Amino acid sequence: MFNAVTLITFLQRAIVQGIPILYGSTGEILTEKSGNLNLGIPGIMYVGGISGVIGAFLYEESLPSRDMINPFLAVFIPMICTVIGSMLMGLLYCFLTTTLRANQNVTGLAMTTFGVGFGNFFGASLVKLTGSDIPSVSLTATSKFFKASLPFADNLGWFGKIFLSYGFMTYLAIIIAVIAAIFLKKTRGGLHLRAVGENPATADAVGISVEKSKYMATCIGSIIAGMGGLYYVMDYACGVWSNEGFGDRGWLAIALVIFALWKPDIGILGSILFGGLYIVYLFIPGLALSTQELFKMLPYIVTIIVLIVTSMRKKREHQPPQSLGLSYFREER
Amino acid sequence: MARNENKVKEPLFHIVKRSSVKWYQAWGVRIASIAAALIVCALVTMFLTGKDPLKVYETMINGAFGSEKRIWNLLQGIAMLLSVSLAVTPAFKMRFWNIGAEGQVLIGGLATAACMIYFGDKLPTWALIIVMLVASIAAGAIWAFIPAFFKANWNTNETLFTLMMNYVGIQLVSYFVTVWEVPKGSGQIGIINQSTRAGWLPTIGDYDYLLNIIVVLVMTIGMYIYLRYSKHGYEISVVGESENTARYVGINVKKVIIRTMLLSGAICGITGLLLVAGTNHTITTSTADGRGFTAIMVSWLAKFNPIMMILTSFLLVFMQKGANEISTVYRINQSFSDIITGIILFFIIGCEFFINYRIVFRHKNKEEK
Amino acid sequence: MSNSPAIELKGITKRFGTVIANKNVNLVVNKGEILAVLGENGSGKTTLMNMISGIYYPDEGQIFVDGKEVLIRSPKDAFKYKIGMIHQHFKLVDVFNATENIVLGIKDKKKYNLKEAEKEVAEITHKYGFEIDPKKKIYEMSVSEKQTVEIIKVLYRGAEILILDEPTAVLTPQETEKLFNVLRRMREDNKSIIIITHKLHEVLEISDRVTVLRKGEYIDTVNTKQTNESELTEMMVGKKVSLNIERTEPKNPEDRLRVNGLSCKSSDGRQVLDNVSFTARSGEILGIAGIAGSGQRELLEAIAGLQNISSGEILYNDPKKNETVNLRDKTPVQIRDLGVRLSFVPEDRLGMGLVGSMDITDNMMLRSYKKGHSFFVDRKKPKNLAEDIIKSLEVSTPGTSTPVRRLSGGNVQKVLVGREIALNPKLLMAAYPVRGLDINSSYLIYNLLNKQKENGVAVIFVGEDLDVLIELCDRIMVINSGRVTGIVDGRTAVKEEIGLLMTKNHETEDDANGKE
Repeated sequence: MFNAVTLITFLQRAIVQGIPILYGSTGEILTEKSGNLNLGIPGIMYVGGISGVIGAFLYEESLPSRDMINPFLAVFIPMICTVIGSMLMGLLYCFLTTTLRANQNVTGLAMTTFGVGFGNFFGASLVKLTGSDIPSVSLTATSKFFKASLPFADNLGWFGKIFLSYGFMTYLAIIIAVIAAIFLKKTRGGLHLRAVGENPATADAVGISVEKSKYMATCIGSIIAGMGGLYYVMDYACGVWSNEGFGDRGWLAIALVIFALWKPDIGILGSILFGGLYIVYLFIPGLALSTQELFKMLPYIVTIIVLIVTSMRKKREHQPPQSLGLSYFREER
Repeated sequence: MARNENKVKEPLFHIVKRSSVKWYQAWGVRIASIAAALIVCALVTMFLTGKDPLKVYETMINGAFGSEKRIWNLLQGIAMLLSVSLAVTPAFKMRFWNIGAEGQVLIGGLATAACMIYFGDKLPTWALIIVMLVASIAAGAIWAFIPAFFKANWNTNETLFTLMMNYVGIQLVSYFVTVWEVPKGSGQIGIINQSTRAGWLPTIGDYDYLLNIIVVLVMTIGMYIYLRYSKHGYEISVVGESENTARYVGINVKKVIIRTMLLSGAICGITGLLLVAGTNHTITTSTADGRGFTAIMVSWLAKFNPIMMILTSFLLVFMQKGANEISTVYRINQSFSDIITGIILFFIIGCEFFINYRIVFRHKNKEEK
Repeated sequence: MSNSPAIELKGITKRFGTVIANKNVNLVVNKGEILAVLGENGSGKTTLMNMISGIYYPDEGQIFVDGKEVLIRSPKDAFKYKIGMIHQHFKLVDVFNATENIVLGIKDKKKYNLKEAEKEVAEITHKYGFEIDPKKKIYEMSVSEKQTVEIIKVLYRGAEILILDEPTAVLTPQETEKLFNVLRRMREDNKSIIIITHKLHEVLEISDRVTVLRKGEYIDTVNTKQTNESELTEMMVGKKVSLNIERTEPKNPEDRLRVNGLSCKSSDGRQVLDNVSFTARSGEILGIAGIAGSGQRELLEAIAGLQNISSGEILYNDPKKNETVNLRDKTPVQIRDLGVRLSFVPEDRLGMGLVGSMDITDNMMLRSYKKGHSFFVDRKKPKNLAEDIIKSLEVSTPGTSTPVRRLSGGNVQKVLVGREIALNPKLLMAAYPVRGLDINSSYLIYNLLNKQKENGVAVIFVGEDLDVLIELCDRIMVINSGRVTGIVDGRTAVKEEIGLLMTKNHETEDDANGKE
């Protein structure tokens, strides 16, 4: 039933499904390592996506003809918009939770409400601007550049298909995850960041600025997560924004953080696994439509099992950062 | 002095935790923050619609209170949100972050729908409603029990666990929606038992929602009494404040965690029942409509006080209904209400800082001395 | 020793809400000297030091380093001025290893290289004679290993001003001696050291000068060579110490509690109690002395049903029914249901004995709320009890509905002790009941314990001040590393004898274990 061709297609699609989740989880891992449990990630990914769409839309509209599109600008403008949009969200989260010491869960959930609303609202506004009958914005011209893969990938058989057939943002996601893993494991900055998330009082006492670390980690984490939204629209969805299209991928990203035990390198493999679990129903012949829905639970069930097993084994290195979800006030008595 | 200040940079201010705040000061800050939020919302609305902000608020008020039907819708909205908020409150008071209410409500609704579909023509109305009630309570409670059991025994992170359970619940509902879909291939169930009305909660007079509202009102008062005056409520507070103290006085912490979560899940289950059998008479994955998450904010903003929660859920539902009206009148997307709600929440969340902390300006301090 | 001041504090004041922790404190430390900051518990020593190390920010006053006024707004600033503090509660990241903790926060230009750092750590370790595995995770370490890491951490970043907050509280005499040798070597290195302590003999042994604080206020600074124990004590407590605690002869002592061969392991597998046996009798006060963390807390918690016991028995002799019950493996509720009248004033008042955010009435209810079959709580009786206690123990509070967190330390303790005594116990256990209390409140507590004793209660008193233990207790049991090293008569015991017992058997720990 699983012959080589379907296996290759399956892997390809699993990777494509996994990449937005990988962006989200890498961003969230960095954020959580600073002790911020940012449940606003789903909202931030929406904002990241729509910001890029707005940027691309305005750029495409500003051109007299689609043929005059400049490949560099077509990629650069949406990316910079995504960076700005998602960073602002990260800043907002930090301002509320770190500076104003608000409850992280409540803030994060409010951010998700806001972010998803923001994405859908502007998505709908753009649709209205285009005046089309279909409730979606199509940016195929821009998407072309995001989806461009190496020209010789097709000539390399299965190897090319599995490893080289993707747009650049796929590789970017993996590179970012690898850099994040190295950063956390091997650098001074990573050590400092982990200390802030584990025990902010200790980090503070040795002269690490807790607030600055939290701001940096959360904003950079938000930018990375926002990239996931951009990838989804431009690459996965071929430049078509439709409201609610992004679905629950943001929550899957948070699930992946747990699954990966807060390690971005495990997150890479985890994202492919999650992507695979997410679409495996398409590859099992003869499944009823209803059973397919049950299969979509798999990533969450796997995450729950990982959560349970790690808490039972109590291995200290596999636990969430110790001060996750708590705000820090130096003069607390 | 002056010379010193030139040499060394003094911090402009530093932050001090307040030792006590009068209740009227606290509410003053909160009301001020809501006022500020409303101004910002007006500006945002003006920017997006180009309309006079006063007009905009008129539209909002009209959207919430404009007709008898709208008032009933508003009350119904408040009741449902309040009901979920009541459910999460005992857990939060215990410092158990149950963000799985969305899933618990859905599962409760799913159990209700299952009873309506399978027993609709087999049981008399009263028996059917009892079976539905038991089933919805049991379903919600089980959904809450699973994370509670692992939290109590292995300290498994409940925030993440309950969050994941939401999506398992949503997929389970999706599954049954496909199984039960009417007509086949439509992807939805449609109104259950439309002709027989079997399992529909009875209406009081001509008012469709009155029963829901009464049930929630009774639960609100019940929850207030439970938390404030019952032994269980007292134990919840002790466990929430200090597990060590709870152990010291011989409170079985595990038992309290599990019992409280069972209660939390049960109320979610009842909410699912009210939504499915008392309101929509169908079930979809969006039956809970994000209330599981909004409820967290309602409960938190009200400082876990059920009576205050009437006000906070009113505020949020009013904003939603009002913003919906704006989007209809000015033809903008429905998601507008989420943006408005988000802005209001940010302000209220942020204002707690000014209740708990004080900013001390150093210079001013010196002059006073 | 050069006489230029390394750090100078002028008129430092710090308030926490309405509580004044430090009032107009002055302090000078010269280069190449060891200054002891002496004061009773709660005299504001730690708060003061936290302001030097940037944890707190003073409300008023100035700090000078090397003669220049500085602002220490954060630990980072403190580090900039080469100030390093070794806290009483270690500030270490549990999941990191020793080296990672030591290099944490350092931002020099050198490339980040843990291997290199490990070598440097090993060098410092070797130089000062510490023993530590640089790769060991903190959560696997003993208390003294953790302290070693803290000290190396400060040394590693070349601090010139070192602050040690009660460093010897967790050390054995040998470890203390080693530490003092290190400190002396650092003094030769022209470093400035501030050591916070309330142990007089250590002050006299190690310091050059002594600054005394009392109730947050600066009293005086004297040269160690020109002072003596009694003068220092007088400065510290304000008057000559003649404790004058009344001690009556026990009346008809009966065995109330017999503990036989009790052993406990902590959750991380350490042996916290090792074959402890003793008897507590009615009408007498049994003192428990020992270095902090020797198993006092675990012993009391084991008796109260809060510890997992690996072996041994806890036999309670019920005077009414004249029968003996074993309390081992019973929960606090089961113990209460057996009719055992056990009261327990735990060490951690707001973290265990009381709920800080609840008011006095609700805290009274902690022990009694379960009574009766009603689903609802009865607040009437607890409120009356709260009013009684406020009146009889002179608790200063606006009323019964004030959260206990807002009360001062002494009043918090009165509320807690008052509630426990109101249970009419037959066995009363109190862990450090006067810690952080002023003299008057302390005496009030001693009197309460004495009254209980006269009423025929078996009192177990865990204390840290040997003078108090000797004047208050009928018998004193000394424990060290979870083992009983001796039980002495309070009327004949001398401090030195107890001090010896507190540190006995340390070097032969392994042989002893081997033999048993």
